[in-house]
Amino acid sequence: MASVVDQAPPRTSLIYDPKVRGFFFQGVLVLVIGWLAYEAVTNAIENLRAARIASGFGFFGEAAGFDINQAFIPYSSASSTYFDAFMVGLLNTLVVAAIGIVLATIIGFAAGIARLSKNFILAKVAATYVELIRNLPLLLQLLFWYNAVLATLPAARDAIPLGPGIYLSVRGLSMPAPIYHWDAFVIPLAFAIGLVASIVIRRWAKARQAATGEQFPVGWTTFGLLVGLPALVWGVLALFGANPISFDVPEQGRFNLTGGMQLYPEFVALVLGLSVYTGAFIAEVVRAGILAVSRGQTEAASSLGLKPGQTMRFVVIPQAMRVIVPPLTSQYLNLTKNSSLAVAIAYPDLVQVFMGTVLNQTGQAVEVVTITMLVYLTISLVTSFFMNMYNQRIALVER
Amino acid sequence: MKKALSTIAFGFAATVAFTGVAAAQTTLEQVRERGELICGSNPGLAGFGVPDAQGNWTGFDVDYCRATAAAIFGDPNAVSFIPLSAKDRFTALQAGEIDVLFRNSTSTITRDTSLGLDFPGINYYDGQGFLVSTELGVTSALELDGASVCVQQGTTTELNLADYFRRNNMDYEPVTFAQSVEAVEAYLSGRCDAFTTDASGLASERLRAPTPSDHIILPEIISKEPLGPVVRHGDNQWADIIRWVHYAMLEAEEYGITSENAAELRDTSEAPGIRRILGTEGNFGEMLGLGNDWAFNIISMVGNYGEVFDRNIGEGSPVGLSRGLNALYTDGGLQYGHPIR
Repeated sequence: MASVVDQAPPRTSLIYDPKVRGFFFQGVLVLVIGWLAYEAVTNAIENLRAARIASGFGFFGEAAGFDINQAFIPYSSASSTYFDAFMVGLLNTLVVAAIGIVLATIIGFAAGIARLSKNFILAKVAATYVELIRNLPLLLQLLFWYNAVLATLPAARDAIPLGPGIYLSVRGLSMPAPIYHWDAFVIPLAFAIGLVASIVIRRWAKARQAATGEQFPVGWTTFGLLVGLPALVWGVLALFGANPISFDVPEQGRFNLTGGMQLYPEFVALVLGLSVYTGAFIAEVVRAGILAVSRGQTEAASSLGLKPGQTMRFVVIPQAMRVIVPPLTSQYLNLTKNSSLAVAIAYPDLVQVFMGTVLNQTGQAVEVVTITMLVYLTISLVTSFFMNMYNQRIALVER
Repeated sequence: MKKALSTIAFGFAATVAFTGVAAAQTTLEQVRERGELICGSNPGLAGFGVPDAQGNWTGFDVDYCRATAAAIFGDPNAVSFIPLSAKDRFTALQAGEIDVLFRNSTSTITRDTSLGLDFPGINYYDGQGFLVSTELGVTSALELDGASVCVQQGTTTELNLADYFRRNNMDYEPVTFAQSVEAVEAYLSGRCDAFTTDASGLASERLRAPTPSDHIILPEIISKEPLGPVVRHGDNQWADIIRWVHYAMLEAEEYGITSENAAELRDTSEAPGIRRILGTEGNFGEMLGLGNDWAFNIISMVGNYGEVFDRNIGEGSPVGLSRGLNALYTDGGLQYGHPIR
């Protein structure tokens, strides 16, 4: 019994070749998924036809016939289509998501840093906020803001004046609306000049600090250029009798304050609810990120003579960001998706307008649900694309 | 309920996508096999469909569900109720979650044709109105220029409201809620100057106010709202049953058959019309696929149209609606039962 060790690769049949097998099974999987999708679509069309339910996307061009109170594009029941209604809902969702993300980030960073503060009261207040808000359902909080906080404001006829032309009532916040005249372009022009100037100054200040170590109050100059310069231009123009912007001031009508701009209570409740809720989660993300930076970094910064605020800004936060950004992205996505709870408090977002009224009026559930899902998917993918880009920029560069 | 919409809508999409084309059973067979009727109902509209503290459902539409169950099973309690908001209701019916929808739904051509639905009968002729606080001093809907109006979404109400203000060149701010109760709460909290829905609904929702007499229903009726049961298009036998349940209740009122005298009339009456309704002559129940005592069961167990109306929403009830358009044709109304013969 002599055994021979064969050094050449064994000649196996194609069936046992792992590479061929892999291709085969992946091909089968693709075919099965493709077949399922094809069956689902054709079957759906067949079923809808059998039940005599209208299908297709023709409804987008039909007249909508209902009104929406908050619309950022011209919209009226008389002339707008279901597509316009869809766009109104989409924009309302995007506006809430964008403002909510900014506010939640500010609240979250403030609370996260405060929770690590050496100040006992500040740390405990932040901890209480996080633990209280994080552990209550969001829907409950939205209803709380809408029904318990904002609904207790006085009626429109007893609106609280907050300043010239600014009124607060149960119908929301009424503010003077700017009316732009032909010469109004000088103000954005002044702003643009201020913006360019502040970028130049910022670069110059950085270069000078690197060369000489001298610091320059960049923050104040930027503020002055961006806010002060346009205000100054406006003031000078007004002095010479020109009036680039006038205001439409809200007035007490029979029922409501008419004219001016309106901030609806539904909008305020939704933005507040979403940003306060998501802020609590972001606070924990920020705290985790900061704690992930080794204490040695802080000590090294202190021994270099940096003040605690500077240590935080220049040493700790930049390193913490690498840990913070990926979970932060998830929180942004959550906030955007949670904005669909708007339906509970009458804010006309995409789900309320499109999956509510439009679905009901047209009865085309399959199309409407599919489009709504695709829209949320797109918003989420775009958000995470940009966050991933940012994450790559701040990632630790290893050489 | 928010969840309910997405679940139902998504479930519907999935059902449509993955179930076979041919419906194997008729609705009547399914109901018989299940042993109970599944009825889509209003989640809470006093007088029409509302559960009490023990979970017993009462109301005008609810009694129609019970009447249908009585006609099929001879048992008015062989029915379970699924509360549905306005915007969920048709999707739930299309998806087959309910057998029939008794939820004050307006019959329109869009719903009848492109939604794949049928309206077998009209059990309440209604029209849309406005509820306002007496404090406002408004006496006509034409004075509502510039007002905020609370409204439930997914209703013909939402469209009529837009039409009315457009027609009269008036401005308004719609505040649209998914649930009627949310819209009413917002109206009561002062978010809106007016609440709008069908006049019958206004009379019922007004009872939610701390002092209902502080609110008045404006005289203008701005639309036609023929309200009735809804079934899926395509099952004609089932639509026939629902239609004739309604007509049997109307015929019973016209012939003076009530829940109290039905048994006695069945044994003693010689009048051919009454004998046909109560199943002692002819086999009309069998023609519908039911027992011949179908109408007798409806009348003796639930009552005739007038009894059901008076008990739930009539002038003696808290809702306090007069018969108006819903009087029998013999009294100048529109309710006109077709002959059972």
